[in-house]
Amino acid sequence: MLHCFGKPSMVRWQMQAFDEMWGFAGASGAPEAAKVRETYAHIADWLARTPRETLETRQRQAELFFRRIGITFAVYGDPEATERLIPFDIVPRILSGAEWALLEEGLRQRVDALNRFIADVYGAQECLAAGVVPADLVHLNPQFAHVQMGVRPAADVWVHVAGIDLVRTGPDSFFVLEDNARTPSGVSYMIENREVMLRLVPELFGQHGGQLSVQPVETYPDALLACLQSVAPPGCRGEPCLALLTPGVFNSAYYEHSFLADKLGIELVEGSDLFVDGDILFMRTTAGPKRVDVLYRRIDDDFLDPLVFRPDSALGVPGLVAAHHAGNLTIANAIGTGIADDKAVYSYMDGIVRFFTGRDPILPNVPTWRCREPEALRYVLAHLSELVVKRVDGSGGYGMLVGPTASAAELEAFRQRLEAEPDRYIAQPTLALSTCPTLTAAGVAPRHVDLRPFVLSGAGRVTIVPGGLTRVALKEGSLVVNSSQGGGTKDTWVLEGGPRPGELPFPAVPAPGPER
Amino acid sequence: MLSRNAANLYWLGRHTERADYLCRLIDATVRLSALPATHGGADTAWEAALKASAAAAAFAATGRRATEDAVAHFLSVDQAHASSIRCCLENARNNARAVRTALTADTWEAINTAWLEIQRFGVHEPDTATVVRLVDSTKKALQAFDGAAHRTQLREATYWFIRLGTSIERADNTARLLDKKYHILLPRGEPVGGSLDYFQWTTLLRTVSAFNAYRWVYRDSVKPWLVADLLILNRAMPRSLATCYTDMVFQLDQLSADQGRRGPANRLAAAMLRRLGSTSIDALFQSGLHEFLTGFIADNNRLGDAIAEQFLF
Repeated sequence: MLHCFGKPSMVRWQMQAFDEMWGFAGASGAPEAAKVRETYAHIADWLARTPRETLETRQRQAELFFRRIGITFAVYGDPEATERLIPFDIVPRILSGAEWALLEEGLRQRVDALNRFIADVYGAQECLAAGVVPADLVHLNPQFAHVQMGVRPAADVWVHVAGIDLVRTGPDSFFVLEDNARTPSGVSYMIENREVMLRLVPELFGQHGGQLSVQPVETYPDALLACLQSVAPPGCRGEPCLALLTPGVFNSAYYEHSFLADKLGIELVEGSDLFVDGDILFMRTTAGPKRVDVLYRRIDDDFLDPLVFRPDSALGVPGLVAAHHAGNLTIANAIGTGIADDKAVYSYMDGIVRFFTGRDPILPNVPTWRCREPEALRYVLAHLSELVVKRVDGSGGYGMLVGPTASAAELEAFRQRLEAEPDRYIAQPTLALSTCPTLTAAGVAPRHVDLRPFVLSGAGRVTIVPGGLTRVALKEGSLVVNSSQGGGTKDTWVLEGGPRPGELPFPAVPAPGPER
Repeated sequence: MLSRNAANLYWLGRHTERADYLCRLIDATVRLSALPATHGGADTAWEAALKASAAAAAFAATGRRATEDAVAHFLSVDQAHASSIRCCLENARNNARAVRTALTADTWEAINTAWLEIQRFGVHEPDTATVVRLVDSTKKALQAFDGAAHRTQLREATYWFIRLGTSIERADNTARLLDKKYHILLPRGEPVGGSLDYFQWTTLLRTVSAFNAYRWVYRDSVKPWLVADLLILNRAMPRSLATCYTDMVFQLDQLSADQGRRGPANRLAAAMLRRLGSTSIDALFQSGLHEFLTGFIADNNRLGDAIAEQFLF
């Protein structure tokens, strides 16, 4: 697989992906000849001494378990039920305390920049004046919410919950592939995957005792609750009333909505449960109207308020935006944050980070050519067969070209589209995402993974639960981790403390476990 | 509690109770229709079943003849009939799914299983043997649901709303069943008809699973006024109107205790219960059983409206 890092003008290609367990050495070579990276010592040992049948049994148990937990939320019994259960892989993805420290610092910087950028876009617009981002790209962007101009949300927090998609290409090379600043999902998998692992392979956690223990992720709901409570409107007296707004049972993420509402201990509401009276949001309860102070919404801006956005939407609440503007309601995430996760704006993120934090990005973007710039367009057209080309307003793989796997006819068709409308496209190198050992039909084999940590921004405090959602492309060689295209998930372990390189004796001494 | 959640729980109770009633009605009708027509069997029995489930008009609208196959299909698995057993279970399951987090895993799995089970019987005209199996399977599934709710749900608003829906639906069903048969329920002293009437009474008792209960309570042969007494005024009989209202007064009180105030629904239910407690079956016959039952069904509906209003559904 092709690999690139550095600036677009200095592209270096490499044929092999970095493996989370073996490093660059042994992903495809003979394992016994390669050195296991320290973080994986115990897992490598476990994999080596556990018979394949046992692993497969555990895997099946894990899926059964997951299914049982999944059952309780939604879809069992629906014809499409099996499609909605995302495959789970039993081999965890592990990050050392040192690696996490780097990621955490980078994520804090990134989300800080995102919040300041959005506040600036709807405020003084200094970054537009300074030319960090072209003004037309912001003002003409469908994600730009005119109604938010001049609005200051409680505690100046815009992106309360961010899901930052990271990819790795080497020991210290992490890139941001995408910023999810609207209504990121998947956090329920982070929590459930850990539950399943704790029940099925508790001995793995035991062996990581002491310095190497796995940091818990079950604190996420508490952190989210504290975050949402901290951004209650200034006029709110007493304990703020929170509610989670869902589009309803037919939404594909409904189970996550009900899962979170349950864990947070707040009402799961639909648009029809809410009404606005005198610029105050209320929910209809059996004891009469109850005032809502903070609305954790899991529906898009377009559907929030038919008086302001799409008039045909029945999912939202008329008057919601007015209640927000009157200072009586916090909406999390705030309206208009989509401007920060737009693909065209994404390509300017490195500059945005520098402008607002005064430092180079710790977690840089994947190098991106903006085809609206003539020089970049020339490069892209000359290297089309090596690149991934995406539409700035596309998602879910629509209107996308993967150069290395495209036919000559597809390349030619895309060339014509690029020449006709260069503004609508960006291009990126075909990245070799890191691989992680994964249980497959042919035994344990490397599969490509990404990582989505969740970053919570409250009043004056950013919290990142150590972990995230690791998605894995289960098809051999595939780089597509989306669940709709054969992707699965793994539990993500962040180890406490070390090990830092050279700190631990290697190889680790295998402890006699109950694994027989 | 969100009013929408309360409404879903209340209707979860109503839909499961309605499905259960239809099972018993079909069960009793299959049995009655096995008798010769002169005893009230065959097609007449199925026409009666349509009336006893308030579905005669809806069935007539389909233009089909009221044969055993057609009516059994209409009442059991017809997707086009909103009050078929299948549709009731589908609605109940949707109600449950919408309040998934309010239910225990046991309760949810029980109602989900009931819905999965009925799907196995398809949506086409079942033969008699299939009808019997379907009814049997559904009754068991609904008992599992009742049992799971009884054993695992916290005794708080969630549970009381389900039970309230069950009780009000049950009162409605019993009253309708009696009203369709009021002409065969004769006051004491009237000359009792032949074997046809006898089978009608026993069928009525079977529909509410009260045939054995009758013998325990009255230790007498089946007499029409005693059948009426059992189903209207007897407080030991779980499906009698008096028991339904005893339950509802209690359930509404529990809900009010949560909220610290009683409302119109509490008062209405208590008044209905007082009326049932201060009358006798002879007095009811004197003033007209049909008039009493029609009035009761209307009052019961009014209580339904009052509940919706009080809890802001």
